[in-house]
Amino acid sequence: MSSIPEELSYTKEHEWVAGIDDGLTVTVGITEYAAEQLGDVVFVQVPEAGTTVAAGDAVGEVESTKSVSDIFAPVGGEIVEINSAVVDDPSLLNTDPYGDGWLFRVRVEGEPEDLLSAAEYGTLTSGES
Amino acid sequence: MSRSTPLRGVHERLGATLTDFAGWQMPLRYGSESAEHNAVRTAAGLFDLSHMGEIFVTGPQAGETLDHALVGHLSILAPGRARYTMIVDEDGGILDDLIVYRLDEDRYMVVANASNYAVVARELAARSEGYDARVTDRSDEYALVAVQGPRAAEILRGLTDADVDGLKYYAILPGVVAGAPALIARTGYTGEDGFELFVLNEHAVPLWDALGEAGRGLGLVPAGLSARDTLRLEAGMPLYGNELTSSATPFDAGLGRVVRFDKPGDFVGRSALERAAQNGSTRRLVGLVARGRRVPRHGYPVTREGAVVGEVTSGAPSQSLGKPIAMAYVTEDALREGGLAVDIRGSHEPVDVVDLPFYRRSK
Repeated sequence: MSSIPEELSYTKEHEWVAGIDDGLTVTVGITEYAAEQLGDVVFVQVPEAGTTVAAGDAVGEVESTKSVSDIFAPVGGEIVEINSAVVDDPSLLNTDPYGDGWLFRVRVEGEPEDLLSAAEYGTLTSGES
Repeated sequence: MSRSTPLRGVHERLGATLTDFAGWQMPLRYGSESAEHNAVRTAAGLFDLSHMGEIFVTGPQAGETLDHALVGHLSILAPGRARYTMIVDEDGGILDDLIVYRLDEDRYMVVANASNYAVVARELAARSEGYDARVTDRSDEYALVAVQGPRAAEILRGLTDADVDGLKYYAILPGVVAGAPALIARTGYTGEDGFELFVLNEHAVPLWDALGEAGRGLGLVPAGLSARDTLRLEAGMPLYGNELTSSATPFDAGLGRVVRFDKPGDFVGRSALERAAQNGSTRRLVGLVARGRRVPRHGYPVTREGAVVGEVTSGAPSQSLGKPIAMAYVTEDALREGGLAVDIRGSHEPVDVVDLPFYRRSK
């Protein structure tokens, strides 16, 4: 059973969003469930800092031995920081998906939509596995 | 409804991620598939391959039957030896790739892929008509456990009186392994030394546990289908459904050497394959190494100057090369011209054509 930290928000695309309550800048990553489904991640592509994205845009991708998944922007806004450590060492997504494996930070513009609570995300993933 | 091997409970106990493969619930990986891959390259891995098919062909004309039914010359195979071969349809299209083991003078075991063994058994039965031979599909009775890697012989040696060290590559002998009557074959699908152990279902769990115990301290780890796929890809070995399909002949796949036109008598597909051999192929199966880090995968188009010139059949990040690798069918024209790319979800990423295999073990 993969962990789903209470304090984070989630998307149906198996991403997590931290800091949504301060309304300014949020941190985005993929969930432990997603990392387990992917297996060993070998390549991560994230958007460049300074890029403006809309919620729901495909902004990057995560490749594992067996598959590839798009990364979607869970919120709209400007990418203000990317995690170059995870680009250099994609295995961080497997070893610490909620910590050192974070992907990028977004300065939120407009209202985020359709984010799930930890409990809701737990229900979603228990139905899939 | 998915089927389970006798080792399903063991995989669950080990925390495997299970996946559906050809209608079977099989372990995809137990932990990190890269670690499993590397263990097979440097020490050893333990595989459950019980989904594969075991079809026995027995009788005074067993060899002649197989000569007629398959593209290889099996009647001249020495007892105790094995051969990689194929079964094709009348048009020369590949129905499956096989390993045929000659167990005795009048007894052969044909090992077929999980997705195909029902077809293979049916075809062998139909093609045996008129021969003094009997075809028996015993896939449901047999489990198959493989131990693969440079330390495989060391692990197996202590569990059997059979002459493991004297057993040659592509040879088989009966023996008792950890108390279980087994057919011990020195074959595999990883590019490493290793053994495949055929036992009746009831012996699968004790055999697995004994091998696991014997490999403790020697670096043996259970390995899933994900590692198996990257290992065979690095070794340049084709997979049915990817490189091999019923719309490809053995010549298309660069495996024309398995077709033995020099054997006596007719065989199913002979005239179509003779034409294929004469005409030559317009496309060829090649190895590709990506220059970037994005991975060419099954079904992606191979392109040259924006035009599609082929298709990727298998692709994965290679542990041994540290780069993405792939096998692909590419037109001869494009191979002569060079400058190939793979269309990876809309962006054309440059690749280099290389000789197969990508990886060869040091002897």
